[in-house]
Amino acid sequence: MIADVGTIMWKEFKELFHQRGRFRGGSIGVLIFVFGFGILMPLQTGPGWVESPIGLVFWAWLPYLLVSSVTADTFAGERERHTLETMLASCISDRALLVAKIGSAVVYGWGLTIANILVGLVTVNVAFSEGNLLMLPPATMLGILGISLLVAVFGAGLGVTISLRAATVRQAQQTMGIVMFVVVIPLFTLPMLPEEWKARAFQLVTNADLAAILTAVAAAFFVIDTALVLFAMSRFKRARLILD
Amino acid sequence: MSTWAIRTLGLSRDFGALRAVDDLSLEITQGTVFGFLGPNGAGKTTTIRLLLGLLEPSDGRAQVLGYDVQTQGDEVRFRCGALLEHNGLYERLTALDNLELCGRLWHIPRAERQGRIQELLTHFGLWERRKETVGQWSRGMKQKLAVARTQLHRPSLVFLDEPTAGLDPVAAAALREDLAALATREGVTVFLTTHNLTEAERLCQRVGVIRQGRLLALGSPNELRRTTGTPKVEVTGTGFSQHALDLLRARPEVVNVTGGDGRLVIETHPGTETASLVSLLTGAGTRIEEVHKGKADLEEAFLSLLEEAEK
Repeated sequence: MIADVGTIMWKEFKELFHQRGRFRGGSIGVLIFVFGFGILMPLQTGPGWVESPIGLVFWAWLPYLLVSSVTADTFAGERERHTLETMLASCISDRALLVAKIGSAVVYGWGLTIANILVGLVTVNVAFSEGNLLMLPPATMLGILGISLLVAVFGAGLGVTISLRAATVRQAQQTMGIVMFVVVIPLFTLPMLPEEWKARAFQLVTNADLAAILTAVAAAFFVIDTALVLFAMSRFKRARLILD
Repeated sequence: MSTWAIRTLGLSRDFGALRAVDDLSLEITQGTVFGFLGPNGAGKTTTIRLLLGLLEPSDGRAQVLGYDVQTQGDEVRFRCGALLEHNGLYERLTALDNLELCGRLWHIPRAERQGRIQELLTHFGLWERRKETVGQWSRGMKQKLAVARTQLHRPSLVFLDEPTAGLDPVAAAALREDLAALATREGVTVFLTTHNLTEAERLCQRVGVIRQGRLLALGSPNELRRTTGTPKVEVTGTGFSQHALDLLRARPEVVNVTGGDGRLVIETHPGTETASLVSLLTGAGTRIEEVHKGKADLEEAFLSLLEEAEK
């Protein structure tokens, strides 16, 4: 199974980086992304880039953005390009195919996030270090790596599950948009909460231990991710993937 | 090991109210070329999908190479190659990468894989263009590559849905030779669907005709022609007068007479003696140069089957 997962991931990345048939064309998008988030943003933020805890929220959100840009294509794209049926007619196992599709989205989103962090660290040190090494605190770094991985798995699990039964990439993207809107709606209701509640929540967050919050968030994501992957596995039935 | 490559019993598949495959019972011997003929939407592609375990049957069962398609689909797919309705090639990848992907999925060792890829690409005249992305290629070249892909892992059974579609006549003839050789030399069973009845007649030991999901006929092309086609007598000569034609049409064994100026085609009931028709014509003043007794071709047999089914 590991060899099959590796083969499909090899194919996914070849396709991803060969947009319009050329490696250079596909790679330019990635380079622009790294330039924006790994060079431009740290230069604008300055040394605060490694000190502000807000960075943690940003790095947690970034892999979702990256992963969701590729997951709609995983099955719906193959279906649209008429390659899914031939892939299903091969001897790859159901589980290997699903794991490979989720895995390649995670590797893409999380890998690019880490690449951005590393490039960002080099950028701030080159531009602002003045002889001192500027580094994210170890706890923050660990939190970023852990949470961003869990968020990447969340995005991949959600996107691949939706893409499994979507007839087209556009349909998959629309469904993902609706799902995310439903998830985000509670955030819009926050300002409407009574002032007393908001003050109490703010006090709770500011007094709480960062490590405890991170652990709780990570645990919540871990449960959600596990449930999502199990749900995707239960929906993945080779004999039901040909929709027409 | 079973001597049947494919065996189905009452295989059916419904899509809502539509029955795409209806009570299909087939037995296809290993090492033969089987042609599955039928108009568009007859159920040919659905049958292939069922046989590869890509769809669940609504009723009945099927065994491919001795494995149950529902419970042992992985075993079936491991031993089969398939060129389906669409070529299924990854157009952003090169020809080499497309075959590399297939070879890796079938766990062919690296050295063997590379040798086999070179052998097939060379055989199909694609080796020089192996590093080009497939999206840039013509339909015919893609079709050749897709056919090459089906043979990469030396399967025991190959499903080919319209394999010569998009190929030029020379390439189509070469592919037909390859397929015939696959069956005779390597014992590979070939299950192909085609609209090209001449192709089916040349290539297939047995054919099945399907319409609206139901199997109308099954047998060798000769058997199908015998049972469904009308025998023909083709006469070349001069002096085909109206009187001679009227005399022919009045004979009970004659079904139809067409042509007239230098060439006459007489359709007869099976078992008709040609000599009596020839003497009738010479007696009516016709000078005969050549008489050719022919069977109906597969195309006529096919059309006749479809017409009968429609009644």
